[in-house]
Amino acid sequence: MSDDSARSSETEAPESATAALIDAARRSDLGLVLGTLLAVYLVAALLTFTDGLNSVVGLMRTLTFLGLVYALAALALNLQWGYAGLFNIGVAGFMALGVYTMGIVVRSPDPAFGPPGFGLPLPVGIVAGMLVAAVVGLLAALPALRLKADYLAIVTLGISEIIRLILQSSAFDNFLRETIGAGTGGGSGMGMPRNPVRDLFLVDGQAGTPTALGDLVFGTVGESGLGIANTILIDWAYIAVLAGFVIGFFVLLERLGRSPFGRTLKAIREDELVADSLGKNVDLIKIKVFVIGCALMGLAGILWFGSQGNVSPTPQFMPVLTFYVFIAVIIGGSGSNAGAVLGGIVFATVLFEGPRRVGASLRDVIDAETPPSFADALVTLDPTAFLAFATDNIAPLQFVFLGLILVFIMHRRPDGILGDRIETAAAVDLSERPSGGETDE
Amino acid sequence: MSSDIPDASDVADAADGADATGPPTDEPEANDSAVEEAAKHVPAGAPPLRVEGLVKRFGGVTAVDGASFEVEQGSLTGLIGPNGAGKSTTFNCITGVHEPTAGKVYFKGEDVTGLEPFRMARKGLVRTFQIARELEEMTVLENLMLAPKGQIGESAIRSVTPGLRGAVVEQETEIRERAWETLDFFEIDHLATEHAGNLSGGQRKLLEMARALMTDPEVVLLDEPLAGVNPTLEEKLLDRIHRLREDGYTFLLVEHDMDVIMNNCEHVIVMHQGSVLAEGTGDEIRNNEQVIEAYLGEDI
Repeated sequence: MSDDSARSSETEAPESATAALIDAARRSDLGLVLGTLLAVYLVAALLTFTDGLNSVVGLMRTLTFLGLVYALAALALNLQWGYAGLFNIGVAGFMALGVYTMGIVVRSPDPAFGPPGFGLPLPVGIVAGMLVAAVVGLLAALPALRLKADYLAIVTLGISEIIRLILQSSAFDNFLRETIGAGTGGGSGMGMPRNPVRDLFLVDGQAGTPTALGDLVFGTVGESGLGIANTILIDWAYIAVLAGFVIGFFVLLERLGRSPFGRTLKAIREDELVADSLGKNVDLIKIKVFVIGCALMGLAGILWFGSQGNVSPTPQFMPVLTFYVFIAVIIGGSGSNAGAVLGGIVFATVLFEGPRRVGASLRDVIDAETPPSFADALVTLDPTAFLAFATDNIAPLQFVFLGLILVFIMHRRPDGILGDRIETAAAVDLSERPSGGETDE
Repeated sequence: MSSDIPDASDVADAADGADATGPPTDEPEANDSAVEEAAKHVPAGAPPLRVEGLVKRFGGVTAVDGASFEVEQGSLTGLIGPNGAGKSTTFNCITGVHEPTAGKVYFKGEDVTGLEPFRMARKGLVRTFQIARELEEMTVLENLMLAPKGQIGESAIRSVTPGLRGAVVEQETEIRERAWETLDFFEIDHLATEHAGNLSGGQRKLLEMARALMTDPEVVLLDEPLAGVNPTLEEKLLDRIHRLREDGYTFLLVEHDMDVIMNNCEHVIVMHQGSVLAEGTGDEIRNNEQVIEAYLGEDI
């Protein structure tokens, strides 16, 4: 990842050693991301080290997985919203399209459970998933992008819900089974094809029969070695694959952003009439970038939910998922790809998963009965009882916490973590005048 | 500094037949037209811009009511008129922002009525805005580099594919150099890396004109380029306009300041209530009874 885009932070002299370290990390995107992950791991280790290595590695796995999949979705959204200003509130729907299409294409035609599929290889399924997300994105974009931004938001929100409800519908499932011989599974969803990463460690994915690699890994750090559950190790291998995709998305979007194409996207975000008046085909560019973004969302959906064993339309693809992705982009700083990665990780670990974990750990320490209601917790005037109530109800409280954080960010740092950086929109360095280009002045 | 800076005579191969007649494709062309080259392609007698019986109605309001005029090759033509005379609407109809209710717009003899703004810009007719519309969150240099026609890197595929990106970088280097030269020409090169939103009002006007020139236009429509500009900067802008005109650019200038128009434009068009009231040189206009009447109470 590039490190030349953080020039804006160089102007202020760091005040302390910590500030210097933070400043150094800010100059390197990779350093920033890895630093954040390390901080998260440190807290995760502190929370779980009493339960042993397995719990520590297990929690780290959950946090890393969520962080990376949110980073993927946030990157795709950043292309549409951060660069081109297209307000797509249908992220969940496009991810659902990707993963469902992949499932239908890859699932066996004669499965033991659930709806039949076409039984094609996984790569075909992945490409098909991206294509379907892209085509639906195109169909949505054609009428909506000609309208004002607000209408695109309404249309995409509607499409996302239409997609979810159609996937939920057993009538549509039956219709598909009768016409093309494959189905969606309706409300009960469908099982996902076996993750090929699992096959690297286990013959045919069966738990009892490790491959040579499986033997080696399980024997050293796994259940027969250091005692980490074998499934956690396999998950870590998949996380490595996810990390590869995050880097791939990042490089792709950075190249798109640092090009004349990225420049027109930025111009469209700022002022469509100016871009139009300078000879840019605004409608076409908007459609292009919307379709690319939707295809990437489809792929993000496949990598995220395709690895979860089973997908079902509700509650996995509720609109709230879209808003989570938006929060990730906002936290990171819209318009910055490194910010999107960072925002995905921070949102998933600190805001989404963090409160529950910290709450649960705290509850274990608190030695008090949980009051039956909030009023009871309040009238006891006993802080421990109140804390017990709060930590026991951390899931709903988490959203209060989330809201407060968002208000705080909007108020104090509306540009997000990295939103104030200058993201050069050119394929060449624009920071200073190239030598030899002086005129006779 | 030489005065031929903002053109791009190094990239020859000008507006060929395909560019002028065929529908502009969305794939950017590889070469830009140089002004001098393109000028040769103007058919004899066809003015770069001609408006015929232009009518634009918004609901019950007729903003432009049968305006007809011509802009001559290489001229600096002024368009004046009291508030509400229809100058800006005429501009918007010419550049394709509004579709005229009736009437025709000809660009170098070709009917371009109702073409979208981006197609007009690709043909070589570019405009600036009355209230400067700089792209605030982009740097001055990025603002300029956005403008050139035929950027191959505007194709998403070329921008990301390893083998094809080399050509994009090469073209970007050229465009960057041209952008720096144009900034020099307008003497705003010290602001190159500044966000456009941080510029002063006058600097924004300079940026607008610089950006418009980066498209390699043949005709530049300036919508009140001197409004809210201090006298020193005004002089600078006018000086640049005159120098560019000598290089073969054609200007149509909308301005409120009578003195500016009278002193700088060899041809003046007066609009009143949506149609052309009078045309002629500054002196002719100054002594025209009708014009004086239309501006009754105004000192011209």
